[in-house]
Order: sequence, then C-alpha cells, then structure tokens
Amino acid sequence: MQKLQLLQNQFNPTSDDIFFHIVQAPPDPIFGIANAYKADTSNTKIDLGVGAYRTDEEKPYVFEIIKKLEREVVNDPTLNKEYLPIEGLADFNKGCQKLMFGQNSPLIASGQIVTAQCLGGTGALRVGFEFVKRHIPGDVYVSKPTWSNHNQVIERAGLNQFEYPYFDPKTKGFNCAGTIECLSQARMGSIVLLHVCAHNPTGVDPTEAEWLQIADVCKKRRLVPFFDCAYQGFASGCIEKDVFAVRKFAELGFQMIVAQSFSKNMGLYNERVGAVHIVTSNKDISARVLSNLKIVIRTICSNPPAIGARIAAKILTDEKNFNAWVEELKTVTGRIIKMRTLLKQELDNLKVPGNWDHITRQTGFFTFTGLTPEQCDLLTKQYHVYLLRSGRMSMAGITSKNVRYLAESIKAVVQKK
Amino acid sequence: MQCFRALRYFSVWSQVPMGPADPILGVAAQFKADPSTTKVNLSIGAYRDNDGKPVVLESVKRAEQIIKEKKLDNEYLPVEGLQSFIDASIKLGYGDAYYAQNGKSIAGCQVLSGTGAVRLGFEFSKKFLPQGTKVYMPNPTWPNHHNIARMAGLEISEYRYFDPKTRGVDFSGLVEDLNKAQNGSVILFHACAHNPTGCDLTTAQWTQLLDLTKKKNFLPFFDMAYQGFTSGDVNKDAEAVRLFTAQGVPIVLGQSFAKNMGLYGQRTGCLSFVCSNQQEKDKVVSQLKLLARPLWSSPPLHGARVADIILNTPELNQLWLQEVKMMANRIQLMRVGLANTLKSLGSPHDWSHISKQIGMFAFTGVGPDHVKELIAKYHIYLLSSGRISIAGLNEGNVKYVAEAFHDVTKNTKL
Repeated sequence: MQKLQLLQNQFNPTSDDIFFHIVQAPPDPIFGIANAYKADTSNTKIDLGVGAYRTDEEKPYVFEIIKKLEREVVNDPTLNKEYLPIEGLADFNKGCQKLMFGQNSPLIASGQIVTAQCLGGTGALRVGFEFVKRHIPGDVYVSKPTWSNHNQVIERAGLNQFEYPYFDPKTKGFNCAGTIECLSQARMGSIVLLHVCAHNPTGVDPTEAEWLQIADVCKKRRLVPFFDCAYQGFASGCIEKDVFAVRKFAELGFQMIVAQSFSKNMGLYNERVGAVHIVTSNKDISARVLSNLKIVIRTICSNPPAIGARIAAKILTDEKNFNAWVEELKTVTGRIIKMRTLLKQELDNLKVPGNWDHITRQTGFFTFTGLTPEQCDLLTKQYHVYLLRSGRMSMAGITSKNVRYLAESIKAVVQKK
Repeated sequence: MQCFRALRYFSVWSQVPMGPADPILGVAAQFKADPSTTKVNLSIGAYRDNDGKPVVLESVKRAEQIIKEKKLDNEYLPVEGLQSFIDASIKLGYGDAYYAQNGKSIAGCQVLSGTGAVRLGFEFSKKFLPQGTKVYMPNPTWPNHHNIARMAGLEISEYRYFDPKTRGVDFSGLVEDLNKAQNGSVILFHACAHNPTGCDLTTAQWTQLLDLTKKKNFLPFFDMAYQGFTSGDVNKDAEAVRLFTAQGVPIVLGQSFAKNMGLYGQRTGCLSFVCSNQQEKDKVVSQLKLLARPLWSSPPLHGARVADIILNTPELNQLWLQEVKMMANRIQLMRVGLANTLKSLGSPHDWSHISKQIGMFAFTGVGPDHVKELIAKYHIYLLSSGRISIAGLNEGNVKYVAEAFHDVTKNTKL
C-alpha cells in the first residue's frame, strides 16, 4: 500500500507541488529516543539512550580543563576566525597522531600517517569511506551489531556492506570463532570496520590474543582494517591500553584507516572534533593520499570548524594540559565503572532472574543488557526508562540516586509474563 | 613475523594518483610559503581590513562574551542544528514579512557553511527529484559547485553567464540556454555578488528569469554567500530571493555566514526549502536529517550560537549591519581605487568593469600568462582565471598592484 502511495505521489514535473511525494523519514534510532525522553514529564524518568556522559547529578559535564582552554582560545587576541586549511589544524593533527599511534611511533617520523581533521567521529567515517569508494572500493564488513549510523554512512558512500557475527547472545561476549570464520570467507581487499575499544553497542571487546587472530585473518585475506575509535580512555581507563589494537596492527605493518573522535573523551560533542588517519607504506604515497582526502573534504565542508580543534590541540601538545585532562578522564571513567558495579549489586540484591555478569564485564559507555525489544518498550512506557530497543543502555546515565529504581524496573519487566 | 613485515611493502594505496591541488586554496598555500615582503594575496575570498589583516567583527566579539557569561554546556546539537539560529537565518534571508506569513512552511537545517548547504541541498535533490534531473550552473561559477554536484551524483549542465567581450552578463545567451533546459531542472543562481565574475543581474533580468522559472517549473537553488556584503544592505542583496518567493515559487536557499559575519573557520550556514505547508516542511526536515546524520551527525555549535545571538539581540544586530556596510564600502572604495589608478597610469585598456562589478571578487580580464608573471615577478597572488579578491587590496598596496597589472598588460591584449 505504501509503495502504491509512493508511486502515486511521484514527482510530476508539470505539477506545482514538487515535494508532495516526500514521506516522513523515521526518527533517528538514537536521537529519536533523546527527544522522547525530553518530552516525558515523569519525575522518575531515566535517560540511558544517547551516549553522552552525565554526572551523578544527571547533568552534562564540561571538563574543567576544557572550560579553561576554551576561555584561552576565545580571549586570545592573536587568533582570528580565518579558514583552517582543508585538512585542518596542523598542531591538532600531529597531536592526534601521537595520541593514537604513540608519542614515538616510527610511522609518524617516516611520514606514513596521513591525517585530516574531521567533523567528529561521523565526519571521519564519512571521509574515510568516501575515500575508500573512490580509491580502493570493496565490500565493507561491519560487526553485528554495530552503531546504527555506521550502516548509513557506508550506504551513503555507495559501498556494499556485510555483517560479521560479533556478539554472541549466549555468552554475551565476543564471538571470536564466528568473526574469524566470516572474515576468512571475505573477498580479498574487503574492508573490515573494527571498534578499537568499548564496542558500541555491546561493550564487549576482543582480548589481546583475539586481536592477534583478527590481524592474522586480515593478513591472510588482505583485508583493510578500518578502525573506529570513539572511546579512547573510556574502556580500561588507560589511554594507551585502550588503543592496543591500532598500535598492534600498526606494528604488524598494516596499512589501514582510523577514525578518531573527541566527542566523548574531551566532552567536545557539539564542536565536532575528530580526525581520520590513513596509514600508508611510504611518504610519497602519503602525499598522494592526502591530496585525494582533501578533495573529499572540500566537497563536504571545504575546511573544518576551528574552535574545537584549537582547544583539543592545547591538550594534545602541552604536557600540563594533557596530564590534567588524563586525570579528569580517569574520574569520569571511574564513575561509569562504579555505576556498573552498583547496578550489578542492586540486581543481585533484588535476585533478578538471569546472569548479569556482563554488566561489569563489558566496558565503556554501553551495556548490551540482553533485554528484548518488548522488554525495552515496557521499561520505557511503564517505567520511563529510556534505552535503545536493541537493549543497549548508556551507563553514563545511571546515578547513585536512580540505580535502585532502575534495578527494580528491570526486575519488573524481566519477571513479567 | 616475516609475512607481517611483507605487508609494509605491498601498498594498498599504490593505485592512488596525485589529486589536483584545489584551484583556490592551492594558491593561498603558495602565497603563505612565499617569503617576499611585498607579496599581496588576492586569491582567497576572505575579507581584510585596510592594514591587510583579518577582522573579527565587534558584534562577534560581544556575542562571544555573552556566550562565555552564560556558561553553557557542550551537548550535541540535534541533527538539524540550533533551531533559533535556523529561524533567525531564514528570517534574514527571506525577509520579515515573508517569514511572518510563511515561516512555518520553510524547512531549515543548520549546515557546514556554504559548502555544506550546497552538499546537503544537492544530496537531497539527487534523492528526491526524478532520476535524470540536471543542475544548471552559470559559466563560470565557484569551482567547488561542480565538485560537489559530482560527489552528490547530480548531472551538471551549464548556462552562459559571463561575456568576456563586454565583461558583463551575457543575458540573451543565458535565457537561450535556460529555455533549452529540461522542465523541472535545478537552476543554481548566485543570489548576489556572483563568484567569480562580480557581475550581477538587474531586477528586470531577475523578473524575466522568474517568468521563465514558472514556465518551465525550474527549481531555483540560490547560493547566497554575500548577503549584506554586496551592496552593504542585507535586504537589497536578497532581492532576487524575495522576488521569487513573493510570487510563490518554491526555492532552495543556501546561506553562508563565513564572509558577512566573518565566521569563516566556524563553518556557519543554513539550508532551507520552501514547502507548501507545515506538514510537508516536517517531512522535508526529517529527510534532510536522514542525509545530514551520515555526513556530520550534527553541526558545530559555536559559530551558530554567535550568529544566533547577533541576529536576535537588537543592539548587536544593528552593530552588525553597520559593520557589514563598512566592509562593503571599503571594498567598493578599493574597486574604484584600482580602476582609477590603472587609468591614471595610462593603461591602454578599459578597466571600468572593475568598478562596475560588485562583491568580493573582480574578473579582471587578465589571462593565465599574465597571472604567472604577476605571481613570479610581483608576488601578487590571484587565480589563473584572472579573478582577484578585492578585499586583499588596501591603501597601502593598491598602487603597487595597479602598477604591476599595468606592467604585465600594457603591451598585450586583454
């Protein structure tokens, strides 16, 4: 019936109403929930939807170091509002490389890393995949499940996508054997989208040994790793440990793409701060790659927004600022880990049926609770607890004050016949 | 370990050719690298004051102070951006009267400056207009228009615009080409201060194009990057947009605040579609969001907040209008200065087109060989098309530039 309606509404060049045939697009699965939460008038409502950090008072949090540096940037009389270069702020880019690949990575010195500032993680992914489409087109393998916007970005870039079975619903852990099996059937030259740490939405990460297995199959099938890193610092609490996979693959000689976001770990969400890195085999190829990256960027935004990158650069290039940031990040991450522990305790105390070990085992912002879509709907409609229908819960939205209510609500929906 | 090492020597990227340097930003990079003390940058479209310095507007500084005092958070904007900015931007573009009557049916989305407006607008057009719909662009146009259309998968056609003989608009050629265009085509118009030629259409000409648009059911896509910056009057500069909308013609409008608010690096812009009613507008906004999400998830906040505060705070709005007028006036002064100085040097050529053209840019008429000499001998940086950014001229360098132009053209044809 809908298709017929669409056909009937086809744009008729002689008609006056050129947009008549347009249908309402579905709300974004994630932002849509944020809107619903906002509209809810209940005073017990809990927002576990969007991956944005909240304090124990349920307030958004601006890092103190960010506030300080933002003041510096806005008040600096030597700074103006001129265009950044297409590839962004040089200091920022250099700082991103060091944070991702290591202060002393030989790849930086050898000019094998091509970096461009991008519009947050999404921007880096889109630029990376547009580059892939134009220069090394191939099938893209994404984890099942993955962040919903991954699928849209890859589709808009005009690439085919397939899934590898990442999450094992039985163990609520990483399905290593299944992933390796699937990737070993992939066509040579395919691209594999890998979450560096704090997998979104499952919170489940491969172990170091499992990463080596993934590296092995990528080498055998000549797969190109495309890493998405949105939570460096949020997984283990140690920024070096969190990017083990990227540094290991780099050490093993992989040429690859990395998308890096500072939305969460610097709380710079709305300033759209990120970077894309392409690792090549030598600096001559790097120059060619950069020239083509710039063409992609030029047709999306011409050049990236300045203020967020200036703030981030001050952190990445100044030791005092950097240490202050790392300390604050540890506090923020510590609170999320504490909430995981608290929730598990409450669930255990209430003797909620089921095994809830995964809540403390999983890392980062999110937990894949294992709740069904119907249970999630009930949680929302009856208990005003907002989460994704996939069962993904943002732990950053839990507080010491609402954790008990949350546990009780979970108990109620799990026990409901 | 051996096989891993071999990976380094097999290059995944070996087939990647060197991409061409951006014709505009490439020249700016050349300028930056030049150590000469007499160098002049007439390449990039960015305003400079009489000392050749970039300007942060006073209205912008004050808006930033207000933001600082409010101690706001850094949460994600919604996918469509800052709503109060979108509303203020639409009001500025379409005019108070039209906005009061039709604001509810204009679908708006905050975007990454003018580039983002064109990209999102073209992606939307590709997705929702019938397959095979072409976008017609003026010849010449900002080169990035072509790149963006290609990336969005839209087929491009051109309509004649600049007449090199008269150094003005080839209007009969324009009308002829648009008459031949397919019904329902997207027509890209520069709302004011045509880039790169500086040649704008008259009201009579716009009226003729309006009739043609109605006859052929064109979808006009106005790219407006210089509102206020052109004549000094924001309403006058939006005349074409308002002429079309007053007659009920649905348009697409891309607005940039890079130049008129000096917010260049903040990437502040707005894209809007005139719809039939509020329900349609809601649907269009929902579809714009679906396309924006995989481009940038949500737009950057800072510049939009600044623009929002300026447009919605009466004293700041007044101050801004004065500042924009001042910038436009200085540019006009430099146009006249350059043209007159060339005349007084005894140039055999007619340079009056420089003072007749309008906006940031002048299509001087010099060719690629002249340009090479201007760069190599005089360290004056401009585009090989002969386009100069008037904003790069000031009382300190206009004589030097005039002398250089005179020197390289006195014995040649233009």
